[in-house]
Amino acid sequence: MNEKKCKVLAAQIRLETLRVIHALGFGHVGGSMDLADLMAVLYGEVMRFDPKNPRWEDRDWLVMSKGHAGPVAYATFGLTGYYPVEEAYTLNKPHTRFPSHTDRKLTPGVDLTTGSLGQGVSTAVGAALGNRIDGRDNRVFCIVGDGEADEGQVWEGFHFASAHKLSNILFFLDKNGYQLDGSTDDILPHGDLAKKAEAFGLYTQEIDGHDVMAIYDAIQKAFAHTDGPSCIVLDTIKAKGATFAEPKREHSSQPSEELWQEALAASEKALQDIMNS
Amino acid sequence: MNIHLIGKHEKDPRPCRDGLALTLNEMMAADPSICYVDCDLMSCINTKQLRKNYPDRAFEAGIAEANGAGVSAGLAATGKKVFFHSFGAFASRRCDDQIDMSAAYAGLSVRVLGSDAGVSAAYNGGTHMPLEDGGMYLSIPGATVIDACDYDQLASVTRHLVEVEGVSYTRFVRKGVIRVYGDGSDFTIGKGVTLRESGSDAATIITSGIMVDESLRAAEALAQEGIAVRVIDMFTWKPLDEELVCRAARETGAIVTAENHNVTCGLGSVVARCLARNCPTVQEFVGVQDLFGQVGPQDFLMDEYGLRAANIISAAKKAISRK
Ligand SMILES: [Mg+2]
Repeated sequence: MNEKKCKVLAAQIRLETLRVIHALGFGHVGGSMDLADLMAVLYGEVMRFDPKNPRWEDRDWLVMSKGHAGPVAYATFGLTGYYPVEEAYTLNKPHTRFPSHTDRKLTPGVDLTTGSLGQGVSTAVGAALGNRIDGRDNRVFCIVGDGEADEGQVWEGFHFASAHKLSNILFFLDKNGYQLDGSTDDILPHGDLAKKAEAFGLYTQEIDGHDVMAIYDAIQKAFAHTDGPSCIVLDTIKAKGATFAEPKREHSSQPSEELWQEALAASEKALQDIMNS
Repeated sequence: MNIHLIGKHEKDPRPCRDGLALTLNEMMAADPSICYVDCDLMSCINTKQLRKNYPDRAFEAGIAEANGAGVSAGLAATGKKVFFHSFGAFASRRCDDQIDMSAAYAGLSVRVLGSDAGVSAAYNGGTHMPLEDGGMYLSIPGATVIDACDYDQLASVTRHLVEVEGVSYTRFVRKGVIRVYGDGSDFTIGKGVTLRESGSDAATIITSGIMVDESLRAAEALAQEGIAVRVIDMFTWKPLDEELVCRAARETGAIVTAENHNVTCGLGSVVARCLARNCPTVQEFVGVQDLFGQVGPQDFLMDEYGLRAANIISAAKKAISRK
């Protein structure tokens, strides 16, 4: 694990995520930006993938169950060689390969289609089951939002995964504390998400979702646990690194061009600072 | 297609579900990529044997249809040929969004099996009576929708379902039904079966499922009165065999559709759309007239909702009078 390299990649992902959304001017900034550190660890240090052969059968799978975080996935895939990242600047434009929510038919690197929340948990579980039937040693990484955890299907999927002792799947619960209408505590309080995941049979850890070393270590611990599925609850700051969106933890944003330029400049500076550190 | 007609209106001693269960059991032995997912209703359609024989490929999702549908789609993404079962009411209503997005929209093939079609849910009552399940699947772009009528048709359809790309939905009756087709009958999905025709047909009955036998009875009774009618088993509702529908419309000039389903969104609707676009023709709709189901024996329900040969006879006469 190369911590600096990982932090640089995370900063690049943040900058490109902003650029991808800026090309249209509006979009789901908040839920994308808070995942940059996780995506950097996954694609920089952990996952097995081949950008030249996105459907390689021994690849590790990524299921962005919180499908509205498409832009952070598109930025990451672009930066890791699936396509020139500039292609993703066509986000949500007619006939683009980069729709708002991740779509397996359109974008190289996207393994399952998501958007209607909760569904990615079940399909990720199905994929893990299918890979196990075929005796492959690859793994499925499934990213779930905390607002998304309102959906009963999330818990049905966890229940099934633990009942079938699927040790080849790791769920991330992105606990940014916010959903579309406001804070999760205001909309539908979850209580202790980690305890709930644990109660559903997932080996669960809770960590700082912006600490790349902590993320890496937690993933190693998760897969050292071979009795069944695991979960990592990521304490995150929604919209982290987007100057116009972070203070209000915005779900979707449509800032003025001036605010966009301020955010892009701040993100470029953050990248330079890490590279120079 | 290779069809043997029985023509006796006799009840088949074999439960219809075994046409599915025994066929799937053979298919899973021959093809290790076939998987089966059920929602705690294996005992109802005799598929517990699949879990026993293929424990690594036949799964209980428990009473959680949304997750079961999603797991099926995920298995399909890894190259598995997946069959997914629940009662028709739940294989449609409880997982419509999951089948739509996780499977159909995502381009993944899942073969959904909905048992207890329409009024055959009988003693489970209105809560369990799927009268709109076919309509829900008709609304999914590219989905294939099938209403099977008996053991041999269901067995043949099951064999061919593995060849169908995308989402398919097959509704069927669990128990013994009137046997329409003989051993070894082989059907082509998407092709209707003309069961009865003559050069002087005054109308055509287009039907499927348990209404096939009622339609044949109606045609026999009408023949006694000197009225010849054609009968088509349109077991595939989508894609519809439009060529066969249009030829029947042109040659007989009046159409009756007869379905064990709500007439607002089923076989009658797809036939009407085909006729309106290609060859406008008078049509009468036999089926459940925009009502919920209710509890009771199937015979009572068929009387109650007007799903009898007598209803088809009246509808045929009315259609002919409107020509
Ligand atoms: Mg959230």
